[in-house]
Amino acid sequence: MARYQTSGILRGRERGQRRPEHLTERRSKPPIVELRQASKVYAGGHVALERVSLRVDRGEFVFLVGPTGCGKSTLIKLLIRELEPTEGEVLIAGKDIATLSNDRIPYLRRRIGTVFQDFKLLPSRTVYDNVAYALQVIGAARSEIRTKVPDALRLVGLADKTKNYPDQLSGGEQQRLSVARAFVNHPPLLLADEPTGNLDPATSVGIMQTLYRINKTGTTVVVVTHDREMVDKMRRRVIGLDAGRVVRDQAAGLYSDEESTREFAARLRDELGVEDERY
Amino acid sequence: MGRVIFFIREGARALRRSAAPGIASIVTVAVTVLLLGVLIPVLQTTSGKADEVREQVGLRVFLFDDASPEEINTLQTQIQEIRNVESVEFVSKAQALKILRDRLDAENKEDLTEQLPGASNPLPASFNVKPDDLDNMEAVRSALTPPGADGKPAPISPIIDEVADSRDEATSIRTVTGAVKWFLLVIAALLLAASLLLVGNTIRLSIYARRREVEVMRLVGATNWFIRWPFMVEGLICGFIGGAIAVAVLFLGKEAVVDPLADSINLIRGEDTIAFATLIAILLGVAMAVSAVGSGLTLRRFLRV
Repeated sequence: MARYQTSGILRGRERGQRRPEHLTERRSKPPIVELRQASKVYAGGHVALERVSLRVDRGEFVFLVGPTGCGKSTLIKLLIRELEPTEGEVLIAGKDIATLSNDRIPYLRRRIGTVFQDFKLLPSRTVYDNVAYALQVIGAARSEIRTKVPDALRLVGLADKTKNYPDQLSGGEQQRLSVARAFVNHPPLLLADEPTGNLDPATSVGIMQTLYRINKTGTTVVVVTHDREMVDKMRRRVIGLDAGRVVRDQAAGLYSDEESTREFAARLRDELGVEDERY
Repeated sequence: MGRVIFFIREGARALRRSAAPGIASIVTVAVTVLLLGVLIPVLQTTSGKADEVREQVGLRVFLFDDASPEEINTLQTQIQEIRNVESVEFVSKAQALKILRDRLDAENKEDLTEQLPGASNPLPASFNVKPDDLDNMEAVRSALTPPGADGKPAPISPIIDEVADSRDEATSIRTVTGAVKWFLLVIAALLLAASLLLVGNTIRLSIYARRREVEVMRLVGATNWFIRWPFMVEGLICGFIGGAIAVAVLFLGKEAVVDPLADSINLIRGEDTIAFATLIAILLGVAMAVSAVGSGLTLRRFLRV
């Protein structure tokens, strides 16, 4: 069903490992993301992650949820080796990225699109050039850039702002630009760190739709979020982190284990056969 | 090839977008190169003049008027064989007179020699003896007049009237020229160090202002060299413009001030200083290299993301 961009780092090498049943047809491929007992302790002793083990298979859409400071962003940083784990292993497509030499890190990052919480746009470049830069670093031909950049901008709805600079965009637009840049070279893995943080609900929905569409093309998407409503609506796999540990991993979960008062009320009404006068 | 064009365009774009750090770099480079451009010829001239002065110092061996040509020849050979003697030049009575006349003429003074009775020539013949080094002057002098039986200096030949003793003069010249050379060398080293630090600091500031940008480039998968090249191109351009400005100022200065004065002031005539074209080439080359390599090296610390 999905096409995979396999090259270099992300090409699987390990064979014969057992996969979950729903992925049996791709049994030979290692999970695209795997953490084995990974811990991260910051200088000063703050433990951001504590022996976290998890795996994400190709084509999945995963929400990473949890309270502020639970280690979600640290986890993302470990995946692109912006940080290195204090202990344990981080594997991308079966390869322990701690073994990568400094020279190879850029090649890892080119295969992982990342939407940063603070966007990390290049302020001196236009919308178009920001997206184009992600292609320029991989040495894409100009003709390729000319077709792919407008495509990506159309996908996030920024086709009419190509000549603007990031500081002339609204927060939501900057976030969408960040998504476009992360996705423009069709990476097999897309990480989004709070892509809907600080955005109004309508814009959030737009971004989630974009991520969903990207996931449909076969890209594995990992979304760090606080957006309860979004998680509850999408009904995807949810991994819950708390104080640096994985506390929950559900195939089609809600933002929170516990029912919200509203859901509780709804269930009660159902059970008691009471009509909700508000609707 | 496409890459090269991309890097050049990127470097030029960065300069256009944020002109202030670029201009700061250009000005710094211009000032530094100007300094160097003045310093190099000045150093060369001074050190050349000092050497010239040192070379002019020698011993003068005055001869009695009744010395025969054979005796003079023998003595010349004798002197030449003394260790540390570089050259021996014979100045006859007639030549001595001519030298005196020329000098008076050059200084626009009245030719006093015309008043000498019956065209007689009171000047003695002499040998100009030059030691190979100023420091060996004493050795040569004592070889010419070794201590005799009575303890007083006795000349090695009977035709020697007197060995002119320029000990004080030689010593002071030696001290002064030596000091001048050292002084200039220290000044040059200090100036050079200061200007390199200045250029380095300016570059660092301009890169520091863009460190976020560099970090972002790293995070979207740019290799270090991909990030570095535009910065080096930028440095190259700044170095070239700054160097060109300095060279232009130097050229104007040379045409307007130094060349007209050189005819009247011997000190700045500088025949043996570096050719202007060579100087320009060296200065431009150094400016571009320092600026570009400086950018590349400074960037290193921001590439560790």
